[in-house]
Amino acid sequence: MELNAITIGFVVFTIFTLGGGFGVVTTRNLFQGTIWLMVSLFGVAGYFILLSAPFLAAVQILVYIGAIAILITFAVMLTRSVTRIKERYIRIVPSFIGSLLLFLILLFGVTVPIFGGHLPESAPQYVASTRDLGIALVDENGYVVPFLLASVLLTAAMIGAIVIARDEKAKGG
Amino acid sequence: MVPLWMYLAVAAALFSLGVFGVLARRNAVAILMSVELMLNAVNINLVAFWRYSETSTDLLLNGYAFTAFVLIVAAAEAAVGLAIIITVYRNRRSVIPEEAVALKG
Repeated sequence: MELNAITIGFVVFTIFTLGGGFGVVTTRNLFQGTIWLMVSLFGVAGYFILLSAPFLAAVQILVYIGAIAILITFAVMLTRSVTRIKERYIRIVPSFIGSLLLFLILLFGVTVPIFGGHLPESAPQYVASTRDLGIALVDENGYVVPFLLASVLLTAAMIGAIVIARDEKAKGG
Repeated sequence: MVPLWMYLAVAAALFSLGVFGVLARRNAVAILMSVELMLNAVNINLVAFWRYSETSTDLLLNGYAFTAFVLIVAAAEAAVGLAIIITVYRNRRSVIPEEAVALKG
């Protein structure tokens, strides 16, 4: 593995992703937690660039950093959860041991080829473009049914969120 | 080119961080943020396997398209989850999941 732009980008985005994730699970102030979440999601968007999926990187930044992180910020403000909770953690020791064990098992699984075969060292030259994805999404041999179901799901989630979060007492009529 | 197992190792670390957050944090909003971390780890895995696989042309976009659908489902999950948290907070003045025991038998 030689030192080039991709390797440097990988290291930088790894620092962003894992550092942001560490901030999310450790910070006391949840406002700072949302900022850390944005940093982590930005690192993941960088991975998508490195993996030659620029459309997913743009969607990641628009949907996650632009929408979900802002939504979480609003939830933090609406619930005043910054000040009330004194203890950050519950059952921290078993959780830490369990997640550490999970990480070691996963790391063992991806580095040691137990089931035979080996993971590829380099990616193939040809890569599908965003244009291919757009065609496949509306192709009847492609993903048109999940594409339509996704729009139904988003509509249902939007209506459901409005209905669930509406304040019954504050209604005018 | 970065070998595939490095992406998988980073995704494993991110997923474990998310698992720790879900299990250990007390605040429901923080738990939801940890769930987002886990979803992102899965997305890294999907895109990395898609990029490094030598598939036939029929399967050329499976990982790419599946990641897009995971993003959509994550957006829906965040919206509904935060609405539930706000409703629970309005009724019980608490964002700690252990205190929402109205349905406990």
